[in-house]
Amino acid sequence: MAEIRFTAVHHRFGTRVVLDRLDLTLVEQRIGIVGANGSGKSTMARMINGLVKPTSGSVTVDGLDTTAKGRDVRRRVGFVFTDPDNQIVMPTVAEDVAFSLRRSGLSKPEIQERTREVLHRFDLHEHADHPTHLLSGGQKQLLAIAAVLITGPDVIIADEPTTLLDLRNSRMVNDLLASMPEQVVLVTHHLHLLEGFDRVVVLDSGRVIADGSPDAAVDSYTRLLA
Amino acid sequence: MTVIGLYHSGSSVLHRIPAGWKLLGMLVGIITVVAATAPWQLGIAAVLVAGGFALARVPTRVAWAQLWPLRWVLLFVGLFQLLFSGPERAVMVCGSLLITVAIAALVTLTTRVTAMLDLCQRLLRPLRRFGVDPDRVGLVLALTIRCIPLLVDIVREVSEARKARGTGFSLRSMAGPAVVRALRAADAMGDALVARGVDD
Repeated sequence: MAEIRFTAVHHRFGTRVVLDRLDLTLVEQRIGIVGANGSGKSTMARMINGLVKPTSGSVTVDGLDTTAKGRDVRRRVGFVFTDPDNQIVMPTVAEDVAFSLRRSGLSKPEIQERTREVLHRFDLHEHADHPTHLLSGGQKQLLAIAAVLITGPDVIIADEPTTLLDLRNSRMVNDLLASMPEQVVLVTHHLHLLEGFDRVVVLDSGRVIADGSPDAAVDSYTRLLA
Repeated sequence: MTVIGLYHSGSSVLHRIPAGWKLLGMLVGIITVVAATAPWQLGIAAVLVAGGFALARVPTRVAWAQLWPLRWVLLFVGLFQLLFSGPERAVMVCGSLLITVAIAALVTLTTRVTAMLDLCQRLLRPLRRFGVDPDRVGLVLALTIRCIPLLVDIVREVSEARKARGTGFSLRSMAGPAVVRALRAADAMGDALVARGVDD
């Protein structure tokens, strides 16, 4: 598993402190990040692939600094957003998956073949030529995940990927995330999704208030909100 | 139906012809139709275009859906021409309009957006020396096409929210939230593009 290291990370939006001297090393395969709205969990997740640069301190993935080596980090760290509509950039399903490989150096037939494989894996092959905006919410999120996985990242960051989904689609996406061989960092409000996770970090006002097994961390979180 | 919903998958000859040839054919076809001087010439063009739809195995309802939105334009133009220029001119103008749109629809229905974008990028390559980035132009075009349904959804949702609150229509109550939401979506999409390595 990749080593994701936060060293004295401090981050502010204007005068508001979002992350306050965060020191963490994440090496587990299944990592959950929970916290109330505004606790800094999405900012923390975004820092892992360099979408947000810390005001001070550093974030590294296997020693690669996400600020200085953003490109290299992003090749290893895929990001799944809450709203797949914002992540899907091409008009049809197959085109969007293939878009992820446009600078992979693969030939067109190779890209088509890999796209076909991934669409089959995600049961989206029948929708290959369908307009992306006509997919269901669950299918859109599957497509977003497929478009990330086709690049072969070592780490998947998923920022509340089930928030906009109904229970069935939420389960589908969760089962998928749980079955991935890649390292997964899941930001979520849905505590039941953290079952079986190796480690859960609880944030409050930009600070880690609990860090450990899902049961203990979730317990701390529910007590915090009580 | 939006422009991005037009591609109709298939493996017909028309689907397999490279986008460049299809666009060239479309250009020639449209010029020929516009240059037609008699209704019988338009009749031949209409039969050829209908044959094209059959060759591409485009279902009638899909083909019809491309032309149906033209009805009010055709009605207005047709009546105008009928009143001021006579029936033959009305047939010529409306027929030309209908056939040219049908030709364009046939090309769009049988050509993937990516094939169009690839062509666009190839055509723009000579402009690299003037600082034009063809890949970026292609991406902008793809995003433009992709964002049409997103914007349609935003406007629909804002409109529904306005109705749910029982307020009447006003440009301000529509435009304000719609623009804010569109900007937020653009911001989020920008993040997603960075996450997908577009700027790398």
